[in-house]
Amino acid sequence: MKSENESLNDLAEIRSMMERSSKFLSLSGLSGIMAGIYALCGTYLVYKVYGFNPDRISYTAGKNNLPGIVFLAVVILILAIGTAVFLSYKSAHNKGEKIWNPASRQLVSGMAVPLLAGGVLILLFILKGLMGLIAPLTLIFYGISLYNASRFTINELKFLGLLQILLGLISAYFIEYGLIIWAGGFGILHIIYGTYMYFRYER
Amino acid sequence: MKVSIEKLNKAFESRIRLGIMSALAVNDSLDFNSLKVLLNVTDGNLASHLKGLEKEKYIAVKKSFINRKPNTKYIMTKEGKAAFNDHLKALEKLIKNQK
Repeated sequence: MKSENESLNDLAEIRSMMERSSKFLSLSGLSGIMAGIYALCGTYLVYKVYGFNPDRISYTAGKNNLPGIVFLAVVILILAIGTAVFLSYKSAHNKGEKIWNPASRQLVSGMAVPLLAGGVLILLFILKGLMGLIAPLTLIFYGISLYNASRFTINELKFLGLLQILLGLISAYFIEYGLIIWAGGFGILHIIYGTYMYFRYER
Repeated sequence: MKVSIEKLNKAFESRIRLGIMSALAVNDSLDFNSLKVLLNVTDGNLASHLKGLEKEKYIAVKKSFINRKPNTKYIMTKEGKAAFNDHLKALEKLIKNQK
């Protein structure tokens, strides 16, 4: 006959297995903080070095600096993703888990589809000279991808996604504040979120 | 109280089988290697438990090829889902009754 303890153990194990097999919980809060810092540095450089600050949707003043700006954006993106992968790998390794499991696979594909769609759309708009839409659209598509991916990881990611979408919509109306709102979303929100996650789950 | 104990499914007595069913309950399908990593067991051990569950018709096997390499995926059948849910209910009842 099964004792109460055994049944409780069974239930606890079932719950843990369901969570481990469907959610990737090694996402590091520290990587959020780092991504925020990269984003703030990037915004500062783009504004100071290239004088890039679109005040209307069709903005051509920064056209000559475009290759430099796109290069900077790509470098920041790679740094942010690289840091996230590296820190999550370490965190998963410490817990004795593999970083590439069914849950993380779903997390990546859940993020990749909205991000790729948004990325291509934004590139097309840049080619048409619609620079003022870069900030709102990156925020909105990033927010959608986070909201979508939150099913496969810590639930709080959903709120970060919704906030990014909200900021994106606001910046679509106030185009002249696009760059500063972008810094708020990708910089400040990431740092706040990362700090919260770090103290809540990693300490 | 006796009734609920009888409802506990013998097929799920082993921890590994319970783990397989739990993982398949929340995933559409999982392949052999994913299950192996999740459960942290040897190939042979996992294969024998999978075979046992397959015999009970609680899980189904889907074979396919990915890049010409054979890939075996496991999914939970309707019967498996029902049996697993009953097992969960029985476990819960058991705990409630003993309180």
